[in-house]
Amino acid sequence: MGKILRMLLGWPLRGAAVGWVLTGPNPLPADTFAAITGDAARGETVFWAGGCAACHADEKAEGDAKLILAGGQRFPSPFGTFLAPNISSDPEAGIGNWTVLDLGNAMMRGVSPQGAHYYPVFPYASYAKATVQDVADLHAYLATLPADATPSQPHEVGFPFSIRRSLGGWKLLFFSDRWVIDGELTEAETRGRYLVEALGHCGECHTPRNALGGMETGRWLAGGPVPAGKGSFPNITPAKLDWSEADIVEYLTSGFTPEFDSAGGHMALVVENTAHLPAEDRAAIAAYLKHVPAAE
Amino acid sequence: MKKLVTAAVIGLIASTGFATAQDAPFAREIKARQGIMVYRALQLGVLGAMAKGEMEYDAEKAQKAADALLASTQLDASMLWPAGSDNSANPASTALAAIWADGSDIGAKAGAMAEAAAAMQAAAGTGVEGLQGAMGAVGGACGGCHKAFRVPTN
Repeated sequence: MGKILRMLLGWPLRGAAVGWVLTGPNPLPADTFAAITGDAARGETVFWAGGCAACHADEKAEGDAKLILAGGQRFPSPFGTFLAPNISSDPEAGIGNWTVLDLGNAMMRGVSPQGAHYYPVFPYASYAKATVQDVADLHAYLATLPADATPSQPHEVGFPFSIRRSLGGWKLLFFSDRWVIDGELTEAETRGRYLVEALGHCGECHTPRNALGGMETGRWLAGGPVPAGKGSFPNITPAKLDWSEADIVEYLTSGFTPEFDSAGGHMALVVENTAHLPAEDRAAIAAYLKHVPAAE
Repeated sequence: MKKLVTAAVIGLIASTGFATAQDAPFAREIKARQGIMVYRALQLGVLGAMAKGEMEYDAEKAQKAADALLASTQLDASMLWPAGSDNSANPASTALAAIWADGSDIGAKAGAMAEAAAAMQAAAGTGVEGLQGAMGAVGGACGGCHKAFRVPTN
């Protein structure tokens, strides 16, 4: 009888135990940054390439106000509304007391200093491909930005998505630090791939998502509907984006389309980031976008 | 008889439709300001093509375009933007009511555009590098206003 009970109870329990282990956080090795020193000046480029301010600064911020990363922007989704947290250098309200390893775990593994999973609205599925040097440089740069004491607001996410442990399962399904576009690339295309797939996290909006919110990498950058909103993100593969490389560079510099309209919506904020990049980085993004496979 | 009535009804609908389009609120103002935007796109087309290297740099042409762009920012706009002439009053417009709302910084944004156009006017004739350097600020000024005061597009 005891044996039968064990059989009946044991396996589901063991399954649950395995599931518990698999859905646990998977932080970086503790010595990841041991031999690395961050450089704040280079971190500024990482900051603009990573687009931190587009979500963590006030949407209407201009000029130096874009460096106040107090959070508060709202991001509606089919899973609930997410609120960007304070990532300013304030040690209490922001992330001023984070070590470089804390930032690395957040960006590259989607794990908080307390070991909880972040929601993938924070684009760690892209930042996972960042270099540790870039993360260290960004950490040094963020420390130079103003502190703001505005407390972070909780996400407005209902059951069952409010169970953060379930995000461990999401990561098992969709988290990968492998490049989407592989094979022979020129030097510019390689840099462009890094900027688009990793720091720029372009695929987070421009790649369609499946029912569970994972990026459909088979239709990389093919566009899709705005989650829980109006309109759609455009397809930026050569199937639809027929702009020249010079057109793309101009758009990422001044925001002008080939018809000399200006970038709209959230993309206007993206252009405010890319405008800060070195010209050759914008050219690299254009070269990469011309290289990705056309997807309808 | 039936045909005649149908024709009369169609005629009536058509004429009312026409009358509505003509009399839509602020139709003239909206057309006029959209015309100014198209006019600017014409100048920017020349400047942008040179900045991108699609058109050979020509100091005279660049100066002409930049002069015209600056002039477009110096027009008297007081008749163009009557209060309430926004997208909700007439969908032909993409202007947001925020333009006229309390605390609106539309004036500062228009000033930024005039400033960027003046910088372009000073730089456009000096060489392609100068022109390229001034392009970003013009784009930023256009985008700054569009971001805050235009119906969002993706």
